[in-house]
Amino acid sequence: MVAIARKADPAPHLGRSRAAASLGRKARRNVSAHGFLIGAVLCFFFFSWYPMYREVIMSFQKTQLGVTSWAGWANYIRIFHDPTFWVAWRNTLEFTVLALIVGYAVPFFVAILLNELRHAKGYLRCLVYLPVMLPPTSALLLFAYFYDPNYGLFNDILHTLHLPTSQWVQSPGTTIPSMAMISVVIAATWMNMGGATLIYLAALQNIPGELYEAAELDGAGLVKKIRHITIPQTRLILSMLLMLQIVATMQMFVEAFILTNGGAGVNNNTLSVVNLIYTYAFALSGASNYDSASALGVVLMLVLAIFSGTYLWLTRDRDHG
Amino acid sequence: MATLPIARPRLARAQPGPRPRTLVSSSQLNLPRGKIIYRIVLTLVVVIFTLVFIGPLYFLFSDGLKSTTEAVQVPPTLIPAHVHPSTYVSAWSRVGLGRLLFNTLYYAFGALFFQLIFDVTAAYSLSKLRPAGGKLIFALMLATLMIPSTVLLVPQYITVANLPILHLNLIGSPAAIWLPSVANAFNIFLLKRFFDSVPQELLHAAAIDGASPLRTLRSVVLPISRPILAVVSIFALVAVWKDFLWPLLVEYGYNPSRETLNVGIYEAANTTPQNLVLAASAMAAVPTVIFFLVFQRNILSGLIAGSLKG
Repeated sequence: MVAIARKADPAPHLGRSRAAASLGRKARRNVSAHGFLIGAVLCFFFFSWYPMYREVIMSFQKTQLGVTSWAGWANYIRIFHDPTFWVAWRNTLEFTVLALIVGYAVPFFVAILLNELRHAKGYLRCLVYLPVMLPPTSALLLFAYFYDPNYGLFNDILHTLHLPTSQWVQSPGTTIPSMAMISVVIAATWMNMGGATLIYLAALQNIPGELYEAAELDGAGLVKKIRHITIPQTRLILSMLLMLQIVATMQMFVEAFILTNGGAGVNNNTLSVVNLIYTYAFALSGASNYDSASALGVVLMLVLAIFSGTYLWLTRDRDHG
Repeated sequence: MATLPIARPRLARAQPGPRPRTLVSSSQLNLPRGKIIYRIVLTLVVVIFTLVFIGPLYFLFSDGLKSTTEAVQVPPTLIPAHVHPSTYVSAWSRVGLGRLLFNTLYYAFGALFFQLIFDVTAAYSLSKLRPAGGKLIFALMLATLMIPSTVLLVPQYITVANLPILHLNLIGSPAAIWLPSVANAFNIFLLKRFFDSVPQELLHAAAIDGASPLRTLRSVVLPISRPILAVVSIFALVAVWKDFLWPLLVEYGYNPSRETLNVGIYEAANTTPQNLVLAASAMAAVPTVIFFLVFQRNILSGLIAGSLKG
């Protein structure tokens, strides 16, 4: 991911000075260099590295009445036996797949469209990215208002068009895909698609125009040009963003949490894995269970590591290519 | 702002000169038929996009002007029948927006301050001072990019509640937001890559003049690093402004008076009439919308520079 062009030693002319002096200078340089690093390193230690280690350790421990002891795989076995664990994973995968179908394909085609326009480019780019900047609570409470089955705008539109109305996020169904989850995906896509769109747009501008010219000489139409030039030429960005989006969508929390006031939805049909971690650890009144939450955190970490590992591998590839 | 040096040359080149060739050729567009189709498509895109992206914002701002009964009226009105600007005033006091806004700004600028101090010095050290073990430290920092923060929610919370070795409890203190925000490998990565591009000769010249590393950083490196500092600063502020779960746990969970805008409005939504909730949400959105319109160039170029890294 990081190609560091190592430069020559910054002070080659020191070679002639006395060894002891050079050693002293080196030591002093190192001290000040570490002094510059220490603040960030401490923050990384306390808030990133140590919690990572702590999560794995805690997932194998149990704490009862303030006494901590080793629990082996008990926490994992317990969460695997919890039916909501499977519901949460099913919902999270459902959200991820739906969010990818909508939130991955739509920005790509929007970007292709925007790239063709000669006017209003700046305006459209700003429009698409504006929702990304909104505080999530503002955007989601607004959507909750639109989704309201009684006085919401969406049902009013459906009603005016003589279409059947919907309960939206409050739909009780648990079939896949459930209306409740589709509603969450719509809101999430509206909020988040700007980032992906602009990244695609930048990638599209890197495609050499000659390729399209050559394809036209071969008589390729619009669809063929997209299939045989645009997509292959942006394949790397497409696959990188795919991994990033999988990692981001599998951490879904705030969307369902605000839209359904707590995230579980009706019959747990919008409960996500992160929400279950939160529920285990903080929301079960009086019975905060950090051990189960940690075990679930480790499981999620392993699943996400597969995708972020693939992402790192893809970006590394790009460096050498 | 000039083109960002962190953007790769291929990216920066797209702007000047004649329009780069895209999917549809210019000659095709210049045909009468092409011109008509292009006009239709352009109009459709502009209208649909405005409806989709500005439309909801219109309702966010206008529905806050309705009375409580009109806001939940069936069918909903598109334009408020009676305009009640007082809704905004009562939403401000009822939700306590002044306090929420102050808290959020306090957390956001504090986080920005600590990130600028610690991440800039760390990236400078890794890039230019090259301490022993620097490569390993940098690799360990980058490794955290693989572990999304929500996964570490519980151990992070427990750690903040009782820092190892120091045995400090930061829950409820603004430091619980400020300090974890420093552990941002992406900042370090962006800054370090920028500093790597600063010519070593400049630093030598400063060293010959007897400047200390700190002085060199302040007088030589930082002045030419403004573009990247802008990007890092904007993302630092936006990240705190948009965060929900972490401030919910460490600030609201400790004392509701320390909640952020996001958390405060969410918590108030259950017990507040719909029109006040919308008015409060609208007011919470105003600073970010203005911020975006002012800094959109930096934000959009920073986004692209950050994502197309490699």
